[in-house]
Amino acid sequence: MIDGMEVLKAFQPHRGNALVTHSGTTGRRWGEVSTNENRDLRLESSMGQTTSAAFGLALGMPDEKVVIFDSEGSLLMNLGVLASVAGKAPKNFFHFLLDNECYATTGGQPVPNAQGIDYAGMAKSAGYASTHHFDDLEDFVMSIEQIMQEEGPVFISVKIEAEVQNLPMALRQRSGGRSRTETIQDFQKEMGIPAP
Amino acid sequence: MVQQQAEILRPETLIDEFKKNGVTHVITIPDSETNYLYELMLDEEWMDVVPISREGEAPSTALGLNIAGKTPVCLIQNTGMMEAGDSIRGMALDAGFPLVMIVGYRGWTRRGATPDSVAKYTEPFLNAFGINYYLVEHDSDGDRISEAFDEARSTKRPVVVLIGDEYHGFNR
Repeated sequence: MIDGMEVLKAFQPHRGNALVTHSGTTGRRWGEVSTNENRDLRLESSMGQTTSAAFGLALGMPDEKVVIFDSEGSLLMNLGVLASVAGKAPKNFFHFLLDNECYATTGGQPVPNAQGIDYAGMAKSAGYASTHHFDDLEDFVMSIEQIMQEEGPVFISVKIEAEVQNLPMALRQRSGGRSRTETIQDFQKEMGIPAP
Repeated sequence: MVQQQAEILRPETLIDEFKKNGVTHVITIPDSETNYLYELMLDEEWMDVVPISREGEAPSTALGLNIAGKTPVCLIQNTGMMEAGDSIRGMALDAGFPLVMIVGYRGWTRRGATPDSVAKYTEPFLNAFGINYYLVEHDSDGDRISEAFDEARSTKRPVVVLIGDEYHGFNR
């Protein structure tokens, strides 16, 4: 198991100008690592649907790399997206899966068949152009530069440690930072896209 | 019979309305009533057809495209619309973007009781979500589709076009 923050830190130098979004407990911490927040989008809302939003973004901006840090709990709620992505095969789509084997945000209950699912294998079978799996940080660090040069859609699953949250929602500290609307507005300004 | 044929909603009318309103992407799950429309859309170079695996993906994929400055529409059936409820909430209603959803009204009948429960719940579902909708049954109703686009753009909200299933000519 790898510290998820170390995965984010190892990715950061190889981000280039990629557009980055996220779901899940660890992915949510991307803002602590990012050095280009105007190209970060906070799209979390409906269960498992952030990946589909990132997919739409990749289709709409084919000249930009689009990265999502997904979680296995979210992916399991929207598994069909693997086929949807593979069907359109956006070359600019990089799908990272931070797999902590549980619903960390609800107290750490295991996802179904938590230790028995080969997510990279599922993505490969669905038709992703390239798939990878890591359970060792050093291997990830050694590979990430090359992976970001690949033609997508690329799927990268990484086994990470769970950052379990177990306080009632009302007692939790809000993550703060920009709202979803603010990240979209900043992003569209950065990219020169007129507001709707 | 001749009059009935003339009134049938032609799939070409939908495509004309899409073009008129600058649609770039149609996110869809084909259903039994829309195969001819699907085939026609594939022939249009100015639009990209995006097949998805389940209807919940439609509003979220559309959100990504909207953020990128594109003009997507969702083409799904009322059964799938209900499945997509949480995505409609979080990725469309809460997102602040215009979105037209073309929804096949399975079970719709103008007269008498429908035996199909999905028709019974379709409009109450939309009313519960506070989503306005336009019913399109005949070719002469086609301009309501542009009205839906106008409303979506002015309100930055999702608007639904219900395609009255009993009359359309989408499958041949």
